[in-house]
Amino acid sequence: MDQIVEKPDTLIGAAFPKPDAPDKVVGKTTYINDMVLPRMLVAKIKRTDRVHAKILSVDISEAEKVPGIVAIATAENSPKGLIGVLKDNPPLKGDKVRCIRDEIAGVAGETEEAVNRALELIKVEYEDLPTVFDPEEALKEGAPLIHEDKPGNIGLTFDFEHGDVKKAEAESDVVLEEKYELHYVTHTCMGPGCVIADFDTHGKLTIYTQTQYPYNYKMDLAPALDIPAGDIRVIQPPTGGAFGSKLDVYPFEPIAVYLAKIARRPVKLFFSREEEFIASPTRQPARVYIKQGAKKDGTITFRDVQVYLNNGGYTSWGATIPAVMMRTMTGHFRIPNVEFHSVAPYTNNPFAGSFRGYGNVQATYVTATLMDKMAEELGMDPIEFRLKNAQEPGERTPQNSLLKNAALADCIKISAEKTDFLKKHAEYTEARKTPGRIRQGIGIATSVHNAGGAKIHKSDGCGTILTMDDYGRATVITGASEIGQGIDAVITQLVSEELGIPPSDVLIANDDSAIGPWDVGVHASRTTFIAGNSARNAAVKAKQQILAAAARQSNVSADKLELRGGHVVQKDNGVSVTKLDRLIRAMHFAGEDAELVMVSEYYEPPSELEDKNHVGDISAAYAHGAYITELEVDTLTGGVKLHKITAVQDVGKVINKLGIEGQMEGGIAQGIGYGLSEELIIEEGIVKNPNFRDYKVVTAPEMPEIECHFIEDDEETGPFGAKGISELPCIIPGASIANAVYNAIGVRFDNPPITPEKIVRALHGGKAEAAE
Amino acid sequence: MSAKIDIEFTVNGAVKQVTVPATASALDMLRDQLDLKGAKEACGEGECGACTVIVDGVSVCSCLSYAVDFDGRKIETIEGVQSDEGLDPIQQAFVDYGAVQCGYCTPGMVMQVKHTLDKNPNPTKEEIQRGLEGNVCRCTGYSKIIDAVTEVASS
Repeated sequence: MDQIVEKPDTLIGAAFPKPDAPDKVVGKTTYINDMVLPRMLVAKIKRTDRVHAKILSVDISEAEKVPGIVAIATAENSPKGLIGVLKDNPPLKGDKVRCIRDEIAGVAGETEEAVNRALELIKVEYEDLPTVFDPEEALKEGAPLIHEDKPGNIGLTFDFEHGDVKKAEAESDVVLEEKYELHYVTHTCMGPGCVIADFDTHGKLTIYTQTQYPYNYKMDLAPALDIPAGDIRVIQPPTGGAFGSKLDVYPFEPIAVYLAKIARRPVKLFFSREEEFIASPTRQPARVYIKQGAKKDGTITFRDVQVYLNNGGYTSWGATIPAVMMRTMTGHFRIPNVEFHSVAPYTNNPFAGSFRGYGNVQATYVTATLMDKMAEELGMDPIEFRLKNAQEPGERTPQNSLLKNAALADCIKISAEKTDFLKKHAEYTEARKTPGRIRQGIGIATSVHNAGGAKIHKSDGCGTILTMDDYGRATVITGASEIGQGIDAVITQLVSEELGIPPSDVLIANDDSAIGPWDVGVHASRTTFIAGNSARNAAVKAKQQILAAAARQSNVSADKLELRGGHVVQKDNGVSVTKLDRLIRAMHFAGEDAELVMVSEYYEPPSELEDKNHVGDISAAYAHGAYITELEVDTLTGGVKLHKITAVQDVGKVINKLGIEGQMEGGIAQGIGYGLSEELIIEEGIVKNPNFRDYKVVTAPEMPEIECHFIEDDEETGPFGAKGISELPCIIPGASIANAVYNAIGVRFDNPPITPEKIVRALHGGKAEAAE
Repeated sequence: MSAKIDIEFTVNGAVKQVTVPATASALDMLRDQLDLKGAKEACGEGECGACTVIVDGVSVCSCLSYAVDFDGRKIETIEGVQSDEGLDPIQQAFVDYGAVQCGYCTPGMVMQVKHTLDKNPNPTKEEIQRGLEGNVCRCTGYSKIIDAVTEVASS
């Protein structure tokens, strides 16, 4: 009797729980913060208390005497290599300090008490230097110089020009000129910063780290350590969130390595929550001057953008955000003439890194509120004005992003229809004319983001090694990092789908750089797209090898066979030809014809690097989103209560329903924080609110209802049609909220977050902090 | 070095005798002396809830409690929630509803939900949200957590 194997339901689009979730809900997962190695020392950092000062002396003599202290690293006894995007940051400072987070010494000891005692006993003598905190002030003649080799305090600059902005301005019927001040926010990963360094007796380093880019991490870390990158093995234990904060090497990591080298013992260096607020990278703040023009009929004529990015003391990824910001400024809506100029001057503030959404959170806050302002100026409604300027599928932006299947107009239309936007918008605008304490508001914002990787390095690829054991189980060794976002679930689904085995028979291995193949890292909404394609392609290769073997064994040609339910079956009738595990064993134990199912794949997306003029189709796909916020404002207290966010987004194809909704909702929560409550307050270079009491992340009671509508347009280059999705949810809500607040009370806030204090001041007087 | 004090209490049904420094937090004692590392230190000042355990039926931030205050008490930690039958319904719902991403807040969340539902088995959505207000999650936006709790409460 033939065994018929029914085709199981597809896993693509299913609500598939994360494989790491069960261990996490029972408290079994060992995060890096939980790890203890034999003879491991604990370590902390002695930081400066100045924002700009010459270091005259560092005296560790008393600290060394504390019982239990094993190693102290200072600039004097440590390697001199530099870290950071511009290699301008010595992990331990010897000559001067440039911002409040600066590292003077690392101390490792047997107990935390001993280490804390020693930190107090390190004596540092300084000579204070003149300070500068404002990016435009820092560019002025005679401003204090932050780095002696950076004249004029000029860090990274970005410039792009397309068309003729001057001519377009002259021909415009309406021109708006605005200034935005975009603030500091920070990641507040729940797992505080932590690293463990351990040398073997050959002098090779194993580093346990929270990094989200394990392969280039080695390359960036090695120069600071005076050891070859090849001598570094990166282990990634489970981590308590990243969101972009772990995409560079930061000083605490090399400092832990210096201590491990001195002590010849494993060293674990970890942050307190206060340190996490003060000494981890922030989102890049930005001051944006923007001019936009339009014709009477609503056609946008030009944008002219000048951006000042407060670089802080050193250069990490923050100063590079124009690379992303620019794509939205120049390419979100049809902008025929555009200039973009940015400069990141060094100051004595802390410095910024990458943070989910990159510069697009800032660019979208600016452009999406400006679109609303201009619609009003033109006497058009916010939907009509946007649709007038929305690109059609197939258009290219001035920077050459090819919007193959641009869904911008669809996103706008669907979101407006679902929320009855125009009716409510008009009604709430009208309601402002009559008295009333509680005001309703509705606002729309849109954006575009790379959704098929982002080629900012020479390769945007990801490797996969897929092996199958004698029991029909697959091990997928992927370059992609799991930082909580759920790539392990996605890859499990893709591989399970291709190989016709249950997801419980797929094991993902991706925590060891000595085993895993190269990958750029988790960033740029790329992982489902890039690593997903890589894993799927690997599974297809394995499948081909298996079916070829089955064909030889069964005399049924391979193209008539497929994998289903742990069997090789005949495609047309589902009749099992052989069980998969039995076939694999037969392949393995076939004497001199023996073969293992063991394949590798390196997927490189079809995209190109930007040229020196910032022109290039950097992503294999782009995605749009339109988010509508409905809220109410209490005009007496300034309180904003969110009712609902309707998110319409082009996602290509849903792979994991739970995962995609989780990314949407989590990103939206961060976006709400950006718009309404989160601000890292930095005064004269000092972080004033380094705790969860005063830095207000969104908590459960503040979450509105969220309705997601996914446009599934089956991206031809994506795995089963999927695009990358995870940054737009964080990018768009802030601007959508700002537009809804305006609809409610008629006040613009070009300086988020829109706190109750700002609203009350704007409505009832007091220090004017609202729109300029 | 602070004075050491002998304490005795119940953790997840088992009696424990521990000698703790007078100044040690309950969280450090649980993690470092009893090797119960499910509860996390994410802020150390009672603002995030990642260290939540249940003491005599009440959820507390163990980072703010002194270890010595556990003397004579009945403590429940995340390690004791799973039974011989498998995951607790709260834990199962967290898995099934996608309420876990990085998972660092999850043990504290589960303990807080357990406390909330013990006190009020049929909470409204608003009561669920209020019950979680002291627990910070940076990944999920809480929606899936609220869905999971709603499911447990309704079944």
